[in-house]
Amino acid sequence: MNRQISLTVNDKKKEIRIDVRQSLLEVLREQLGLLSVKQGCAVGECGACTVLIDDVPIDACLYLAVWADGKSIRTVEGESRNDKLSRVQQAFVDEGAVQCGICTPGFVMAATSFVEKHHQQNISRHDIRRGLAGNLCRCTGYDTIVTAVQKCLDEDD
Amino acid sequence: MFNFKSYARAGSVQEAIQLLGQNPEAHLIAGGTDMLVKLHKGKAQFDHLVDIHDIAELNYITQNDANDIIIGPLTSFTQVAESELICKRIPVLSQAVLTIGGPQVRNMATIGGNLCNGVPSADSATPLIALNAAVTIEGRDGSRQMPLESFFLGPSQVALEQDEILTAITITRDNYTDYFGHFHKYAMREAMDISTIGCSAVCKINDGTLQDLRLAFGVAAPVPIRCKGTEDKVRGRKISPKLLTDIANNVPSDVRPRTSWRAAKDFRLQIITTLAHRVVEQAILSAGGTIQ
Ligand code: FES
Ligand code: FES
Repeated sequence: MNRQISLTVNDKKKEIRIDVRQSLLEVLREQLGLLSVKQGCAVGECGACTVLIDDVPIDACLYLAVWADGKSIRTVEGESRNDKLSRVQQAFVDEGAVQCGICTPGFVMAATSFVEKHHQQNISRHDIRRGLAGNLCRCTGYDTIVTAVQKCLDEDD
Repeated sequence: MFNFKSYARAGSVQEAIQLLGQNPEAHLIAGGTDMLVKLHKGKAQFDHLVDIHDIAELNYITQNDANDIIIGPLTSFTQVAESELICKRIPVLSQAVLTIGGPQVRNMATIGGNLCNGVPSADSATPLIALNAAVTIEGRDGSRQMPLESFFLGPSQVALEQDEILTAITITRDNYTDYFGHFHKYAMREAMDISTIGCSAVCKINDGTLQDLRLAFGVAAPVPIRCKGTEDKVRGRKISPKLLTDIANNVPSDVRPRTSWRAAKDFRLQIITTLAHRVVEQAILSAGGTIQ
């Protein structure tokens, strides 16, 4: 059940052989070594495995790797440039929005797409919570995460 | 790794029908948000997959010459919720689909998948049956159409033969023009949760009277259902607080909720009467009515 697929991962083109029974989560972690992509629940409940596919956030645990053929994927590994954290990553650090950290990569990717979609629009804290409703965090209580996202939305480019 | 034994990818509706015909045990997979969860648990009845994920001809929202709204089954909930046409003409549908899962799930899950799963809690089902939506089904011998309401046969059972595929969801112009609706989902959490009860009301008012009402509930019976008894009783009546109480008092005779670990039957009935009152009220208000 093997297939050859070509995809772009964090701006690099890849040609890989996968098994059609593999999830994108498994391929990203096991074949491409992108360990920021976490497995929490493996059934689409927690968002720890969130990656962006053509800039749209999805749960990599509920995505067949074969569907990624021809697509462009972003994970946390590709978000910092020249040793500089992305705007969203830096805001998470500044606001103390990270405790144990297992949810953080998924949150950063979901937040990144939310900020790109709604930058400088009038967005309430409640809207941010709705926008991040697919990600669970058992440590922070979410407030610091919402504040981090709010800061990013308000910032100038 | 997911646990299935064979996998075939369909590039078109015709190819999907053919592939299903070749393997009587084959099941469709579309957005994957339900199927992959089942496969994760290794359910043997889903050992053979026909993948329709990338059939572009089934992903659209459009209006035909008669101004009927037609939705392709592979349209994601995010696409439905963000569609200008849906938000303008049948906002009750975008309201409903925005209560499903979270953003990541809505980006993948498809409206056709939600309907074909046939679960009583499908949140896209109640607004659509309240809008008298019809479904188009294609198989080896051509295509047929039926009301969505009769598509639901029982829990996880829909009127699809093994080698048939849902190809369109249609809301005809007369079924949405001058109609206004409201949706409410009662669940334990505000996101990432399954409906305890879902309710959609769609109404048309004229000069202080309720010209038409279509009231639908999810998880109030083995399938998503309409409250036809209540609808018939109140059609043509003057809008008043008494009318709303009468609707609420009458709906229990239209529904058959049961006890599950999520909620007891009595509690469900309580939610159903409360929602009937509130959701119809909101629908009337959004139609520009006043209740006094
Ligand atoms: S691991 Fe994918 S949503 Fe939890
Ligand atoms: S920081 Fe521990 S789960 Fe979010």
